[in-house]
Amino acid sequence: MSVRRLSPNQPASFTFSPETLKAAQGWMANFPAGKQQSAVVPTLWLVQKQEGWISEPAIRAVADLLGMPAIRVLEVATFYTMFMLEPVGTHALVQVCGTTPCQTRGSEGLMAVCKRKIGAQNHLSADGKFYWQEVECMGACANAPMAAINDYYYEDLTPESFEALLDDFAAGKKPKPGSAIGRQGSAPEGGPTSLTDEKLFDGSLGKKIKIPNLPTKASA
Amino acid sequence: MAGILADKDRIFLNLYGQRDWGLEGAKARGAWNGTKDIVAQTPEWICDQIKASGLRGRGGAGFATGLKWTFMPKQESERPHYLLVNADESEPGACKDRDILRNDPHLLIEGCLIACKAMRSHQAYIYIRGEYVHERERLTAAIKQAYEAKLIGKGNIHGWDCDVGIQHGGGAYICGDETALMESFEGKKGQPRLKPPFPAGAGIYGCPTTVNNVETISVVGTILRRGGDWFAQFGTEKSTGTKLFAGSGHLNTPCVVEDAVGISVKQLIEDHFGGVRGGWGNLKAVIPGGISVRMIPAEEAEVAVMTYEDLQARGSGLGTGTMIVFDKDADLVKAIARASYFYKHESCGQCTPCREGTGWMWRVMERMVTGEAEMSEIDMLLDVASQVEGHTICGLGDAAAWPIQGLFRHFRHEVEDRITQYRARKGSYAGASIAAE
Repeated sequence: MSVRRLSPNQPASFTFSPETLKAAQGWMANFPAGKQQSAVVPTLWLVQKQEGWISEPAIRAVADLLGMPAIRVLEVATFYTMFMLEPVGTHALVQVCGTTPCQTRGSEGLMAVCKRKIGAQNHLSADGKFYWQEVECMGACANAPMAAINDYYYEDLTPESFEALLDDFAAGKKPKPGSAIGRQGSAPEGGPTSLTDEKLFDGSLGKKIKIPNLPTKASA
Repeated sequence: MAGILADKDRIFLNLYGQRDWGLEGAKARGAWNGTKDIVAQTPEWICDQIKASGLRGRGGAGFATGLKWTFMPKQESERPHYLLVNADESEPGACKDRDILRNDPHLLIEGCLIACKAMRSHQAYIYIRGEYVHERERLTAAIKQAYEAKLIGKGNIHGWDCDVGIQHGGGAYICGDETALMESFEGKKGQPRLKPPFPAGAGIYGCPTTVNNVETISVVGTILRRGGDWFAQFGTEKSTGTKLFAGSGHLNTPCVVEDAVGISVKQLIEDHFGGVRGGWGNLKAVIPGGISVRMIPAEEAEVAVMTYEDLQARGSGLGTGTMIVFDKDADLVKAIARASYFYKHESCGQCTPCREGTGWMWRVMERMVTGEAEMSEIDMLLDVASQVEGHTICGLGDAAAWPIQGLFRHFRHEVEDRITQYRARKGSYAGASIAAE
């Protein structure tokens, strides 16, 4: 379990931006009438996109919007580790995966870069631009080691390519997510060992087919 | 040909995203082909076909899918039936569902429609982990395409009303457990529920629910198009079909790949993953099914095959079919200590053995890494692990115990050497300085 508490420094108020509110209402409509509580995680995530983190006034506002007790929203915000409970960097929230598959492929080297360039984890950098943390498995193990920066995955990193990536973010750029060594998705480096038969892709699979084993056929 | 499966027998034809993920591309690759004829059949026919294919749940537990669907009530009532697709992929090592979600989403959406017909449901939800932002955007766009083409929704061209919605999580591994998934779906903390009642009786909102893995649902359309017997020809009697495998760790070219169940561990590594770093002789151990299963040492990896029964007989498991490979330079104790930290971090805190046990096991494992432990603590650790195992509501307690048990079963001597060496360095060592908290 992770012990997570709200930040001691809270803003005075929170207001939904029109876009956040519209998107939140879209999530609420996604669930049956009377079950709007289901939208709490997506709504908190939208709030985090708007503000960068989840504050206590925001928790109360979400509770009012969804018609649920504030304590239930607080429970959810502190239970799920994706929610940041204090302000994060203006340029990049860097989440380096440190779990075993990434560890075996060098995530410790990436975290050393973070410590050198940003400082201690779970703290804002001195210039306020960065905030980094070690997170648990992000589900991109075939492209390890990786880091999620502002939601998107940067994969197949080395300390050098990762450092260059952080420099780009510091300069206000938005580097393209994906493999740093040019892999196509999760295909092996150097090209796929499968799916090379061009006949699969000539459209013949889209032609009308007869479904096998249909009941009429079986009884005949 | 690499592996044992020919290209013509693959299901996921856009696994790497080289081609169009959208509706047109998916249709050209065979998705949504003949779906109307399939959906026109009775739920019993669909379930029988899936039973005949031998398809087992691809999320790790390996429960027979066709059988699971028949647990749903046979009559529709005022309580709607739900299909909940588990896309909360967070098992360390597993990264296969992600490729379906981002590159072949239409196979998943089509599978949702067919599975809904099979369980008399008109609503499917796909619960996707919060960190998969790109994948969620892709899936949302694909669902929009399917609605616009009237492939799903009310009054669709297939003649079975079925809505497909998305829900997303907040980054909690525990929500991959089906009852925790349902709690999280309802907007609560992801703490597993006691069973019974089973989800097919009372799931989300107290209504009948079936939870299936993304890969399980995504293969359904192709199985029915080609016949359950086609799928059953691959693999063994108890482990049939094709499956997505992933490799990570000390491999030359780690990747995700589809091959037939029953491929040997060695061939999978050599053919698809580019071999072990430093050659096959440099292999030390393999965790074959995601980090929650016990590891197997190199001698066993030499002969093991990727089936449920073979790996189970070796004290391990097929799990999600996503392996982590360690070469001779690997520090296995450290790797498993890191896994223990993962379980400590991800325990939901509901059951005492898991909440306290995972933290305790991690702290002891950390001392084993440096050797700063008592010899007797090895047995104590194994004793605690066996007391966490099987004494929790969900499987996380078991999953936390198994990697540790696997390590000590095959590499106990390494930990003992480490403790001995630590003591030799510290001549007057008088016991562990960090007490178990």
